[in-house]
Amino acid sequence: MDITVNILLTIATAATPLLIAAIGELVVERSGVLNLGVEGMMIMGAVGGFGAGYLTGSPWIGLLAAVAMGAVFSLLFAVMTLSLATNQVATGLSLTLLGLGLSGMMGTGFVGQPGERLPNLDIPGLTSIPVVGRLLFGQDPIFYISIALTAAVMWFLFKTRTGLTLRSIGDSHTSAHALGIKVIRYRYLSVIFGGACAGLAGGHLSLVYTPQWVENMTAGRGWIALALVVFASWRPWRVLAGAYIFGAVWIGQLHAQAFGIPVPSQLLSSLPYLATVVVLVLISRNKRLTMMNTPASLGQPFVPDR
Amino acid sequence: MSANHDSTTLLEVRGLTKIFGTLTACDHVDLNIAKGEIHALLGENGAGKSTLVKMLFGSLEPNSGEIFWNGQPVRIASPGAAKKLGIGMVFQHFSLFEALTAAENIALSLDDGSPISSIAAKARALSYSYGLPLDPESLVGDLSVGERQRIEIIRCLLQTPQLIILDEPTSVLTPQEADKLFETLERLRSEGKSILYISHRLEEVKRICDRATVLRHGKVVGHCNPRQETASSLARMMVGNEVKAVVRAPAEGIETAPALLDIRALTRKPATPFSIPLKNINLRVRAGEVIGIAGVAGNGQGEFFESVSGEVLQQDAGSVRIRGKDAGGLTITGRRLMGAAFVPEERLGHGAAPRMKLSENLLLSRHATDGKAFVGSGGMVKSGAVYSASQRIIEAMDVRKSAPDPEAAALSGGNLQKFIVGRELDRRPSVMVVNQPTWGVDAGAAAHIRQALIELARSGSAVLVISQDLDELFEISDAIAVMHNGELSKPLPIAEATFEKIGLLMGGAEPGHAEHTLETA
Repeated sequence: MDITVNILLTIATAATPLLIAAIGELVVERSGVLNLGVEGMMIMGAVGGFGAGYLTGSPWIGLLAAVAMGAVFSLLFAVMTLSLATNQVATGLSLTLLGLGLSGMMGTGFVGQPGERLPNLDIPGLTSIPVVGRLLFGQDPIFYISIALTAAVMWFLFKTRTGLTLRSIGDSHTSAHALGIKVIRYRYLSVIFGGACAGLAGGHLSLVYTPQWVENMTAGRGWIALALVVFASWRPWRVLAGAYIFGAVWIGQLHAQAFGIPVPSQLLSSLPYLATVVVLVLISRNKRLTMMNTPASLGQPFVPDR
Repeated sequence: MSANHDSTTLLEVRGLTKIFGTLTACDHVDLNIAKGEIHALLGENGAGKSTLVKMLFGSLEPNSGEIFWNGQPVRIASPGAAKKLGIGMVFQHFSLFEALTAAENIALSLDDGSPISSIAAKARALSYSYGLPLDPESLVGDLSVGERQRIEIIRCLLQTPQLIILDEPTSVLTPQEADKLFETLERLRSEGKSILYISHRLEEVKRICDRATVLRHGKVVGHCNPRQETASSLARMMVGNEVKAVVRAPAEGIETAPALLDIRALTRKPATPFSIPLKNINLRVRAGEVIGIAGVAGNGQGEFFESVSGEVLQQDAGSVRIRGKDAGGLTITGRRLMGAAFVPEERLGHGAAPRMKLSENLLLSRHATDGKAFVGSGGMVKSGAVYSASQRIIEAMDVRKSAPDPEAAALSGGNLQKFIVGRELDRRPSVMVVNQPTWGVDAGAAAHIRQALIELARSGSAVLVISQDLDELFEISDAIAVMHNGELSKPLPIAEATFEKIGLLMGGAEPGHAEHTLETA
């Protein structure tokens, strides 16, 4: 029984950073902006979070620093693509490259240092309930943030007027502009929100997952988050499902490798990617629904004629 | 300077000027609109109508000039400011969001924060009271163009504006839908609202407008009462000189001529959820005749053109036959080699590569059919031959340009269209298929293109023209077929065709079942 609980906990830990980064990017893309710099913002969040935690001794300050780092880093992307109307794909790719390099430089002093870990939730009486206690009341704080964030984004996008406005900008920025909606302002805020989320996801890696600093420790998770958004056809609950399927198969294949199942390890390592793609493609078979949810102006620069 | 205001004037514009780079789009424009009138703004494409309207609606900032609203000087800095004053706008290229419902679209332009459900209820009530029924829950992507315009109008009315600006509202409507719109406008006028009506269709301006302001090359060239003018006197004001009338010589011996383009049971599944399937289309275009295809935009004309031109291949090779041979399995180049020529709807990006020179664009479309003339041994381009051929076309079609061989994007829409049509005509194709030959082209250039198409047919070619412009089809066609929801009616000989008959078919009525009028009309 304990093993099952432990496996479930590790799955949640593996899925949380993917979920947070992907939910952030989902909001960005719903506003019509394609930010391929998730990996770069995430690693900046990781190094910023670890550094602040290590220097101050408080993982909570580390958490805030991770969020701030991602947000500030995304601002660079926002200024380039929104105010200067540069190509979003190229700018996003350079943001990732810049983030990987810059974080490596900033983190040289942190390599091999023991970091601060965010404590797990511990509610007397509740956490000690067998099985469900640790699953529901004994996880790290960022896990709870990720679930709340998903619910909040769902509510915001589909139940509020501001969310409707954001989606309309993603559908057609020229129409939105003609109605007097402040396209650039909405997109700035969306990009910064996406950056903050990516930073938080990075902070999860260096403050919870493995509380230490290793160069390139995001290991492609930013790219997985980006792919999740597309395969989930820009719907929050599908992003959640995708992140957990990925996490589950990831942990599953690690255990399978440990048991020494006679399957090439390369094949096992590729399983999480395969499984996630297959499942998400299956649930987005409805072409019409996919069309409705795809932001039609995604990736197109917007320059109002003045 | 203060306005010498009289209480009947709602909006007064003085000396409004907008400069884009070296182009003065609006040059000291004066305009005044009285309360409770329908005021026409007339002008050719590129005369500055849209620029003027965008300044009035706050989406463009004027370089100089003054705007007075009820006698008070105002600055309209944003569409929001215009809405606050009481100016509403119905856009030409709809400003709707396809992936959202009608109610959500309406909610986006209202700033009152009331819940969508109450907005939907209000929109439904208002739409029925004006006789423009609307289902607020429907997805805009599923609606016809006429229904989309209804959303725009209802959205505008919900803001209770005093001035409503309509930009080319009838260009996408069937004649019956246009009649319905005119009724609505007349009712709004009787309620004391003012309407600024932008159009280049003179007959409808004469019919509903009280006064007109005419623009040419960014300047006001006259104010008039359209009811006291004739269509040709208005056209003269707009264009600045007489437009040569298109002459259509009677077609002779068509009945016995061979069908050069023969479409048999052409069927196509929808490529995307919002596109139209083609259902069992049959059409023969004979040597010497021009066949027109009418229809409201988005009824499958684009899909039909793609299938005929070979941009999309057919499974049944016999569904498109060119000069008696199966062509359904051939690509666009294959079909061109059989003697066909095609002009697509979009000029830039489809008909021509915007950043390439005219001569290069000529080579792009004709390197296969004119391989011997343009491409030498070893695949080297004979640029001299290509250049002189492009100059020949420029001369034949009277293309006006700023450089000897400019980039396609540097030409005005009308001149580029003349070049693209001329590029195909220059080959003397035996089958010519054109989609929207004169969309957004000024009257002079349009007459030139239309005349050239008629002459091509009379010299023994088969010409198929798809157009939304009914006046154009009546001017050049020997028979008109109507496309509705992916189906094509039988061609009606021009002698029997009337606006009313074609309009009913455009709305979806079966030929001979005119009493089956549709609910969307």
